[in-house]
Amino acid sequence: MEFILIFISAALVNNFVLSRSLGICPFIGVSKRMDTSLGMGLAVTAVMAVASAITHVVYTFVLVPFELEFLHIIAFVLITACLVQVVEMYLKKNSPALYRALGIFLPLITTNCAVLGALLLNIDLFSDSLLRAVVHAVGAATGFTLALVLFSGIRDRMSYAPIPKIFEGVPIAMMVAGLMSIAFLGFSGMISL
Amino acid sequence: MNTLVGTLMVLGGLGLFFGVLLSLAGLKLKTRVDPRLESLKDILPGVNCGGCGCAGCNAFAEDVYFGKAEPDGCPVGGDELNQKIAGIIGVEIASAVRKTAYVKCIGNDRNALFLFNYQGVESCRAAVRLVGGGSKGCTYGCLGGGSCKKICVFDAINIIDGIAVIDNEKCTACTACVAVCPKNLIEMIPAASTIRIGCNARDGGKIIRQNCEIGCIGCRLCVKVCPKDAIEMDGALARISYEKCDNCGTCADKCSRRVIEKG
Repeated sequence: MEFILIFISAALVNNFVLSRSLGICPFIGVSKRMDTSLGMGLAVTAVMAVASAITHVVYTFVLVPFELEFLHIIAFVLITACLVQVVEMYLKKNSPALYRALGIFLPLITTNCAVLGALLLNIDLFSDSLLRAVVHAVGAATGFTLALVLFSGIRDRMSYAPIPKIFEGVPIAMMVAGLMSIAFLGFSGMISL
Repeated sequence: MNTLVGTLMVLGGLGLFFGVLLSLAGLKLKTRVDPRLESLKDILPGVNCGGCGCAGCNAFAEDVYFGKAEPDGCPVGGDELNQKIAGIIGVEIASAVRKTAYVKCIGNDRNALFLFNYQGVESCRAAVRLVGGGSKGCTYGCLGGGSCKKICVFDAINIIDGIAVIDNEKCTACTACVAVCPKNLIEMIPAASTIRIGCNARDGGKIIRQNCEIGCIGCRLCVKVCPKDAIEMDGALARISYEKCDNCGTCADKCSRRVIEKG
Protein backbone atom coordinates (compact mmCIF):
# COMPACT_ATOMS: atom_id res chain seq x y z
CA MET A 1 0.00 0.00 0.00
CA GLU A 2 2.79 2.37 0.89
CA PHE A 3 4.45 1.73 -2.45
CA ILE A 4 1.25 2.56 -4.32
CA LEU A 5 0.96 5.78 -2.37
CA ILE A 6 4.58 6.73 -3.14
CA PHE A 7 3.99 5.94 -6.80
CA ILE A 8 0.80 8.01 -7.07
CA SER A 9 2.35 10.81 -5.08
CA ALA A 10 5.30 11.07 -7.46
CA ALA A 11 3.28 10.54 -10.64
CA LEU A 12 0.21 12.69 -10.00
CA VAL A 13 0.23 14.77 -6.84
CA ASN A 14 3.80 15.99 -7.12
CA ASN A 15 4.04 15.56 -10.87
CA PHE A 16 7.61 16.44 -11.78
CA VAL A 17 6.77 18.52 -14.82
CA LEU A 18 3.50 20.13 -13.83
CA SER A 19 3.90 20.59 -10.08
CA ARG A 20 7.64 20.77 -9.51
CA SER A 21 8.48 22.38 -12.89
CA LEU A 22 11.33 19.97 -13.55
CA GLY A 23 12.28 18.70 -17.01
CA ILE A 24 10.58 21.52 -18.91
CA CYS A 25 13.16 21.41 -21.71
CA PRO A 26 12.15 18.02 -23.19
CA PHE A 27 8.54 18.75 -22.18
CA ILE A 28 8.49 21.61 -24.69
CA GLY A 29 11.08 20.18 -27.05
CA VAL A 30 9.96 16.61 -27.78
CA SER A 31 6.23 16.93 -27.32
CA LYS A 32 5.35 17.69 -30.92
CA ARG A 33 4.50 14.09 -31.75
CA MET A 34 2.99 11.49 -29.49
CA ASP A 35 5.21 8.57 -30.47
CA THR A 36 8.46 10.47 -29.88
CA SER A 37 7.19 11.83 -26.58
CA LEU A 38 6.28 8.31 -25.51
CA GLY A 39 9.75 7.13 -26.56
CA MET A 40 11.34 9.98 -24.63
CA GLY A 41 9.24 9.13 -21.60
CA LEU A 42 10.30 5.49 -21.74
CA ALA A 43 13.96 6.44 -22.14
CA VAL A 44 13.73 8.74 -19.10
CA THR A 45 11.90 6.01 -17.19
CA ALA A 46 14.64 3.50 -17.92
CA VAL A 47 17.38 5.94 -16.95
CA MET A 48 15.59 7.08 -13.79
CA ALA A 49 14.74 3.59 -12.54
CA VAL A 50 18.26 2.22 -12.96
CA ALA A 51 19.91 5.44 -11.83
CA SER A 52 17.87 5.60 -8.65
CA ALA A 53 18.95 2.07 -7.72
CA ILE A 54 22.62 2.68 -8.50
CA THR A 55 22.71 6.09 -6.82
CA HIS A 56 21.10 4.63 -3.74
CA VAL A 57 23.78 1.98 -3.54
CA VAL A 58 26.59 4.44 -4.25
CA TYR A 59 25.26 6.94 -1.74
CA THR A 60 24.66 4.45 1.05
CA PHE A 61 27.73 2.29 0.61
CA VAL A 62 30.33 4.67 -0.79
CA LEU A 63 29.59 8.30 -0.04
CA VAL A 64 28.16 7.97 3.48
CA PRO A 65 30.91 5.68 4.89
CA PHE A 66 33.64 7.98 3.53
CA GLU A 67 31.73 11.06 4.75
CA LEU A 68 31.66 12.44 1.23
CA GLU A 69 27.93 13.23 1.01
CA PHE A 70 28.74 16.64 -0.47
CA LEU A 71 29.86 14.85 -3.63
CA HIS A 72 26.40 13.47 -4.29
CA ILE A 73 25.50 15.86 -7.12
CA ILE A 74 28.61 15.22 -9.20
CA ALA A 75 28.46 11.48 -8.51
CA PHE A 76 24.79 11.32 -9.52
CA VAL A 77 25.41 13.27 -12.72
CA LEU A 78 28.25 10.87 -13.52
CA ILE A 79 25.98 7.87 -13.05
CA THR A 80 23.17 9.45 -15.08
CA ALA A 81 25.57 10.32 -17.90
CA CYS A 82 26.82 6.75 -18.00
CA LEU A 83 23.30 5.33 -18.14
CA VAL A 84 22.24 7.78 -20.81
CA GLN A 85 25.18 6.66 -22.91
CA VAL A 86 24.05 3.06 -22.57
CA VAL A 87 20.46 3.96 -23.47
CA GLU A 88 21.73 5.94 -26.43
CA MET A 89 23.79 3.02 -27.71
CA TYR A 90 20.87 0.68 -27.19
CA LEU A 91 18.46 2.92 -29.11
CA LYS A 92 20.97 3.52 -31.88
CA LYS A 93 21.26 -0.21 -32.38
CA ASN A 94 17.67 -1.30 -31.86
CA SER A 95 15.53 1.70 -32.78
CA PRO A 96 17.35 4.07 -35.15
CA ALA A 97 14.10 5.84 -36.01
CA LEU A 98 13.44 6.79 -32.40
CA TYR A 99 17.13 7.64 -32.00
CA ARG A 100 16.87 10.18 -34.80
CA ALA A 101 13.51 11.51 -33.64
CA LEU A 102 14.82 12.24 -30.16
CA GLY A 103 17.95 13.84 -31.57
CA ILE A 104 19.78 16.10 -29.15
CA PHE A 105 17.22 15.52 -26.39
CA LEU A 106 18.49 11.99 -25.85
CA PRO A 107 22.01 12.94 -24.66
CA LEU A 108 20.38 15.87 -22.86
CA ILE A 109 18.68 13.42 -20.48
CA THR A 110 22.08 13.57 -18.78
CA THR A 111 21.37 17.09 -17.63
CA ASN A 112 17.61 16.59 -17.37
CA CYS A 113 16.70 18.18 -14.07
CA ALA A 114 13.78 15.77 -13.65
CA VAL A 115 16.27 12.90 -13.42
CA LEU A 116 18.67 14.67 -11.09
CA GLY A 117 15.73 16.05 -9.12
CA ALA A 118 14.30 12.60 -8.54
CA LEU A 119 17.70 11.28 -7.43
CA LEU A 120 18.25 14.17 -5.02
CA LEU A 121 14.72 13.91 -3.63
CA ASN A 122 15.36 10.22 -3.07
CA ILE A 123 18.16 11.11 -0.67
CA ASP A 124 15.97 13.49 1.28
CA LEU A 125 12.89 11.29 1.38
CA PHE A 126 13.86 7.64 0.95
CA SER A 127 17.52 7.28 1.87
CA ASP A 128 16.59 4.35 4.11
CA SER A 129 15.04 2.03 1.54
CA LEU A 130 16.25 1.07 -1.93
CA LEU A 131 12.84 -0.23 -2.98
CA ARG A 132 11.01 2.92 -1.99
CA ALA A 133 13.58 5.04 -3.81
CA VAL A 134 13.14 3.01 -6.99
CA VAL A 135 9.34 3.12 -6.73
CA HIS A 136 9.53 6.87 -6.23
CA ALA A 137 11.79 7.28 -9.27
CA VAL A 138 9.59 5.09 -11.45
CA GLY A 139 6.55 7.03 -10.28
CA ALA A 140 8.28 10.31 -11.10
CA ALA A 141 9.26 9.05 -14.54
CA THR A 142 5.72 7.79 -15.15
CA GLY A 143 4.41 11.22 -14.23
CA PHE A 144 6.92 12.76 -16.63
CA THR A 145 5.82 10.40 -19.41
CA LEU A 146 2.16 11.07 -18.63
CA ALA A 147 2.64 14.83 -18.79
CA LEU A 148 4.63 14.53 -22.02
CA VAL A 149 2.09 12.28 -23.74
CA LEU A 150 -0.92 14.34 -22.63
CA PHE A 151 0.82 17.49 -23.75
CA SER A 152 1.76 16.05 -27.13
CA GLY A 153 -1.88 15.07 -27.65
CA ILE A 154 -2.96 18.63 -26.94
CA ARG A 155 -0.26 20.05 -29.22
CA ASP A 156 -1.45 17.69 -31.93
CA ARG A 157 -4.92 19.23 -31.70
CA MET A 158 -3.43 22.70 -31.48
CA SER A 159 -2.00 22.42 -34.96
CA TYR A 160 -5.57 22.53 -36.27
CA ALA A 161 -6.66 25.37 -34.02
CA PRO A 162 -6.83 29.00 -35.18
CA ILE A 163 -4.07 30.34 -32.94
CA PRO A 164 -3.21 34.04 -33.19
CA LYS A 165 0.02 34.45 -35.09
CA ILE A 166 2.05 35.89 -32.23
CA PHE A 167 1.16 32.92 -29.99
CA GLU A 168 2.13 30.23 -32.48
CA GLY A 169 4.71 27.65 -31.45
CA VAL A 170 6.31 27.85 -28.02
CA PRO A 171 4.22 30.72 -26.53
CA ILE A 172 0.93 28.84 -26.83
CA ALA A 173 2.70 25.69 -25.62
CA MET A 174 3.78 27.51 -22.47
CA MET A 175 0.20 28.71 -21.88
CA VAL A 176 -1.19 25.23 -22.32
CA ALA A 177 1.46 23.89 -19.97
CA GLY A 178 0.36 26.44 -17.41
CA LEU A 179 -3.28 25.40 -17.75
CA MET A 180 -2.31 21.73 -17.43
CA SER A 181 -0.35 22.61 -14.33
CA ILE A 182 -3.42 24.27 -12.83
CA ALA A 183 -5.45 21.16 -13.71
CA PHE A 184 -2.92 18.97 -11.89
CA LEU A 185 -3.29 21.21 -8.84
CA GLY A 186 -6.54 19.32 -8.36
CA PHE A 187 -4.53 16.34 -7.13
CA SER A 188 -2.78 18.32 -4.42
CA GLY A 189 -3.78 17.37 -0.88
CA MET A 190 -5.01 13.97 -2.07
CA ILE A 191 -2.03 12.27 -0.45
CA SER A 192 0.29 13.95 1.99
CA LEU A 193 3.65 12.48 1.12
CA MET B 1 43.73 16.33 3.28
CA ASN B 2 41.88 13.17 4.12
CA THR B 3 38.77 14.53 2.41
CA LEU B 4 40.77 15.41 -0.66
CA VAL B 5 42.25 11.94 -0.98
CA GLY B 6 38.87 10.36 -0.34
CA THR B 7 37.22 12.59 -2.94
CA LEU B 8 39.83 11.77 -5.54
CA MET B 9 39.64 8.07 -4.83
CA VAL B 10 35.87 7.83 -4.76
CA LEU B 11 35.24 9.97 -7.83
CA GLY B 12 38.16 8.44 -9.68
CA GLY B 13 36.99 4.98 -8.76
CA LEU B 14 33.42 5.71 -9.81
CA GLY B 15 34.63 7.22 -13.07
CA LEU B 16 36.88 4.27 -13.80
CA PHE B 17 34.15 1.77 -12.94
CA PHE B 18 31.55 3.39 -15.14
CA GLY B 19 34.08 4.01 -17.86
CA VAL B 20 34.92 0.32 -18.05
CA LEU B 21 31.21 -0.51 -17.92
CA LEU B 22 30.54 1.87 -20.79
CA SER B 23 33.32 0.53 -22.96
CA LEU B 24 32.03 -3.00 -22.41
CA ALA B 25 28.52 -1.84 -23.33
CA GLY B 26 30.01 -0.10 -26.34
CA LEU B 27 31.50 -3.36 -27.56
CA LYS B 28 28.26 -5.21 -26.96
CA LEU B 29 25.99 -2.62 -28.60
CA LYS B 30 28.26 -1.63 -31.44
CA THR B 31 26.50 -0.41 -34.55
CA ARG B 32 28.24 -0.50 -37.85
CA VAL B 33 28.04 2.81 -39.64
CA ASP B 34 28.67 3.24 -43.33
CA PRO B 35 32.23 4.61 -43.64
CA ARG B 36 30.95 7.07 -46.24
CA LEU B 37 28.74 8.69 -43.59
CA GLU B 38 31.70 8.87 -41.23
CA SER B 39 33.91 10.52 -43.83
CA LEU B 40 31.12 12.97 -44.70
CA LYS B 41 31.03 14.01 -41.06
CA ASP B 42 34.81 14.32 -41.06
CA ILE B 43 35.18 16.65 -44.02
CA LEU B 44 32.39 19.07 -43.09
CA PRO B 45 33.61 22.26 -41.43
CA GLY B 46 32.18 21.24 -38.06
CA VAL B 47 31.24 24.75 -37.03
CA ASN B 48 27.50 23.92 -36.83
CA CYS B 49 26.54 27.31 -38.21
CA GLY B 50 23.16 26.10 -39.48
CA GLY B 51 23.57 27.88 -42.80
CA CYS B 52 22.49 24.74 -44.66
CA GLY B 53 19.19 24.69 -42.79
CA CYS B 54 20.03 21.57 -40.76
CA ALA B 55 20.61 21.43 -37.02
CA GLY B 56 24.34 21.09 -37.46
CA CYS B 57 27.08 19.54 -39.56
CA ASN B 58 26.26 15.99 -38.46
CA ALA B 59 22.59 16.44 -39.26
CA PHE B 60 23.55 17.83 -42.67
CA ALA B 61 25.87 14.87 -43.30
CA GLU B 62 23.02 12.47 -42.52
CA ASP B 63 20.58 14.37 -44.71
CA VAL B 64 23.03 14.28 -47.60
CA TYR B 65 23.69 10.60 -46.98
CA PHE B 66 19.98 9.75 -47.03
CA GLY B 67 19.42 11.96 -50.06
CA LYS B 68 17.31 14.52 -48.22
CA ALA B 69 19.74 17.38 -48.83
CA GLU B 70 21.69 18.44 -51.86
CA PRO B 71 25.43 17.74 -51.71
CA ASP B 72 26.19 21.39 -52.45
CA GLY B 73 24.09 22.63 -49.54
CA CYS B 74 26.97 23.72 -47.32
CA PRO B 75 27.50 27.46 -47.83
CA VAL B 76 30.73 27.55 -45.86
CA GLY B 77 33.00 25.02 -47.53
CA GLY B 78 32.80 26.39 -51.04
CA ASP B 79 33.18 24.54 -54.30
CA GLU B 80 36.08 22.37 -53.14
CA LEU B 81 34.04 20.87 -50.30
CA ASN B 82 30.98 20.39 -52.50
CA GLN B 83 33.03 18.36 -54.96
CA LYS B 84 34.44 16.22 -52.14
CA ILE B 85 30.96 15.55 -50.76
CA ALA B 86 29.67 14.66 -54.22
CA GLY B 87 32.64 12.35 -54.66
CA ILE B 88 31.90 10.51 -51.41
CA ILE B 89 28.23 9.88 -52.10
CA GLY B 90 28.98 9.16 -55.73
CA VAL B 91 27.13 11.85 -57.64
CA GLU B 92 28.33 14.43 -60.11
CA ILE B 93 27.66 18.07 -59.48
CA ALA B 94 28.52 20.92 -61.73
CA SER B 95 31.21 23.23 -60.49
CA ALA B 96 29.34 26.10 -58.96
CA VAL B 97 30.15 29.47 -60.47
CA ARG B 98 30.62 32.13 -57.84
CA LYS B 99 27.96 34.73 -58.33
CA THR B 100 27.54 38.31 -57.33
CA ALA B 101 24.66 40.73 -57.26
CA TYR B 102 24.68 43.53 -59.82
CA VAL B 103 22.56 46.69 -59.90
CA LYS B 104 21.47 47.24 -63.50
CA CYS B 105 21.56 51.02 -63.38
CA ILE B 106 24.51 53.37 -63.68
CA GLY B 107 22.50 56.56 -64.07
CA ASN B 108 23.88 58.50 -61.10
CA ASP B 109 22.99 61.97 -59.94
CA ARG B 110 25.24 63.60 -62.56
CA ASN B 111 23.97 61.93 -65.70
CA ALA B 112 20.35 61.02 -64.90
CA LEU B 113 17.40 63.39 -64.63
CA PHE B 114 15.68 63.87 -61.29
CA LEU B 115 12.17 65.33 -61.35
CA PHE B 116 12.14 66.56 -57.77
CA ASN B 117 14.23 66.54 -54.65
CA TYR B 118 13.14 63.62 -52.46
CA GLN B 119 13.53 64.32 -48.75
CA GLY B 120 11.41 61.57 -47.25
CA VAL B 121 12.37 58.40 -45.41
CA GLU B 122 15.65 56.95 -46.58
CA SER B 123 14.15 53.89 -48.16
CA CYS B 124 13.49 52.99 -51.77
CA ARG B 125 10.40 51.10 -50.72
CA ALA B 126 8.93 54.33 -49.34
CA ALA B 127 10.20 56.54 -52.16
CA VAL B 128 8.81 54.27 -54.86
CA ARG B 129 5.24 54.88 -53.68
CA LEU B 130 5.37 58.51 -54.77
CA VAL B 131 3.92 59.80 -58.03
CA GLY B 132 5.98 58.51 -60.93
CA GLY B 133 7.63 55.83 -58.81
CA GLY B 134 10.15 58.04 -57.08
CA SER B 135 12.19 61.11 -57.81
CA LYS B 136 14.10 59.80 -60.80
CA GLY B 137 12.91 60.70 -64.27
CA CYS B 138 13.51 57.15 -65.46
CA THR B 139 10.90 54.88 -63.88
CA TYR B 140 13.26 51.90 -64.09
CA GLY B 141 16.28 53.51 -62.47
CA CYS B 142 17.94 53.07 -59.11
CA LEU B 143 16.57 55.54 -56.54
CA GLY B 144 19.60 55.33 -54.28
CA GLY B 145 17.42 55.17 -51.17
CA GLY B 146 19.55 52.41 -49.73
CA SER B 147 16.98 49.68 -49.04
CA CYS B 148 19.48 47.17 -50.41
CA LYS B 149 22.34 48.69 -48.42
CA LYS B 150 20.31 48.32 -45.21
CA ILE B 151 19.42 44.69 -45.80
CA CYS B 152 22.96 43.63 -46.78
CA VAL B 153 24.56 42.00 -43.73
CA PHE B 154 27.91 41.69 -45.49
CA ASP B 155 28.34 45.44 -45.93
CA ALA B 156 28.80 44.90 -49.66
CA ILE B 157 26.53 47.69 -50.94
CA ASN B 158 27.38 51.37 -50.99
CA ILE B 159 25.39 54.32 -52.29
CA ILE B 160 27.78 56.20 -54.56
CA ASP B 161 26.59 59.35 -56.36
CA GLY B 162 22.98 58.43 -55.72
CA ILE B 163 22.98 54.84 -56.96
CA ALA B 164 23.66 51.53 -55.27
CA VAL B 165 26.99 49.93 -56.15
CA ILE B 166 27.83 46.40 -55.08
CA ASP B 167 31.29 45.40 -53.95
CA ASN B 168 31.92 42.09 -55.73
CA GLU B 169 34.59 41.06 -53.26
CA LYS B 170 32.25 41.32 -50.30
CA CYS B 171 29.08 40.03 -51.97
CA THR B 172 28.27 36.45 -50.98
CA ALA B 173 25.34 36.05 -53.35
CA CYS B 174 22.80 35.68 -50.56
CA THR B 175 20.21 37.41 -52.83
CA ALA B 176 18.67 39.42 -49.98
CA CYS B 177 19.01 42.64 -52.00
CA VAL B 178 17.41 41.08 -55.08
CA ALA B 179 14.24 40.52 -53.12
CA VAL B 180 14.15 43.94 -51.47
CA CYS B 181 14.70 46.18 -54.51
CA PRO B 182 11.29 47.68 -55.46
CA LYS B 183 12.52 48.33 -58.98
CA ASN B 184 13.73 44.73 -59.49
CA LEU B 185 17.04 46.13 -60.62
CA ILE B 186 19.38 43.66 -58.99
CA GLU B 187 20.38 40.52 -60.84
CA MET B 188 22.65 37.64 -59.88
CA ILE B 189 25.48 37.34 -62.38
CA PRO B 190 28.75 35.40 -62.47
CA ALA B 191 31.31 37.25 -60.37
CA ALA B 192 33.99 36.66 -63.02
CA SER B 193 32.18 38.60 -65.72
CA THR B 194 33.56 42.07 -66.35
CA ILE B 195 31.18 43.22 -69.08
CA ARG B 196 27.86 44.35 -67.66
CA ILE B 197 25.01 46.34 -69.12
CA GLY B 198 24.13 49.02 -66.59
CA CYS B 199 20.59 49.73 -67.67
CA ASN B 200 17.21 48.12 -67.14
CA ALA B 201 15.03 50.71 -68.86
CA ARG B 202 12.66 49.48 -71.55
CA ASP B 203 11.28 52.86 -72.52
CA GLY B 204 12.97 53.11 -75.90
CA GLY B 205 15.26 55.75 -77.31
CA LYS B 206 13.20 58.93 -77.16
CA ILE B 207 12.14 58.78 -73.53
CA ILE B 208 15.50 57.53 -72.37
CA ARG B 209 17.31 60.39 -74.04
CA GLN B 210 15.13 62.79 -72.01
CA ASN B 211 15.73 61.01 -68.70
CA CYS B 212 19.29 59.81 -68.76
CA GLU B 213 22.49 60.68 -70.52
CA ILE B 214 23.74 57.12 -70.57
CA GLY B 215 20.67 54.84 -70.64
CA CYS B 216 20.42 52.11 -73.28
CA ILE B 217 18.49 53.43 -76.27
CA GLY B 218 18.29 50.11 -78.08
CA CYS B 219 20.51 51.03 -81.02
CA ARG B 220 21.59 47.37 -81.48
CA LEU B 221 25.18 48.32 -82.14
CA CYS B 222 26.45 45.99 -79.41
CA VAL B 223 24.38 43.12 -80.84
CA LYS B 224 26.05 43.61 -84.19
CA VAL B 225 29.63 43.92 -82.97
CA CYS B 226 29.58 41.08 -80.47
CA PRO B 227 31.78 38.28 -81.88
CA LYS B 228 30.10 35.66 -79.67
CA ASP B 229 26.48 36.65 -80.30
CA ALA B 230 26.18 37.06 -76.56
CA ILE B 231 23.93 40.13 -76.65
CA GLU B 232 20.27 40.00 -77.54
CA MET B 233 17.59 42.63 -77.67
CA ASP B 234 14.75 42.46 -75.18
CA GLY B 235 12.45 45.06 -76.68
CA ALA B 236 14.44 48.26 -76.65
CA LEU B 237 16.95 46.98 -74.14
CA ALA B 238 20.18 45.07 -74.76
CA ARG B 239 20.66 42.03 -72.57
CA ILE B 240 23.85 40.07 -72.19
CA SER B 241 24.07 36.29 -71.92
CA TYR B 242 26.83 35.60 -69.41
CA GLU B 243 27.26 31.99 -70.59
CA LYS B 244 28.28 33.15 -74.06
CA CYS B 245 30.15 36.33 -73.17
CA ASP B 246 33.94 35.99 -73.03
CA ASN B 247 34.50 39.49 -71.63
CA CYS B 248 36.28 40.74 -74.76
CA GLY B 249 34.90 44.24 -74.29
CA THR B 250 34.16 45.02 -77.96
CA CYS B 251 30.60 46.06 -77.13
CA ALA B 252 31.72 48.39 -74.35
CA ASP B 253 34.10 50.14 -76.72
CA LYS B 254 31.49 50.58 -79.40
CA CYS B 255 28.55 51.60 -77.22
CA SER B 256 27.69 55.20 -78.06
CA ARG B 257 25.94 55.70 -74.71
CA ARG B 258 28.74 54.20 -72.57
CA VAL B 259 26.13 52.11 -70.74
CA ILE B 260 28.15 48.91 -70.96
CA GLU B 261 30.46 48.74 -68.02
CA LYS B 262 33.90 47.28 -68.58
CA GLY B 263 35.18 46.17 -65.21
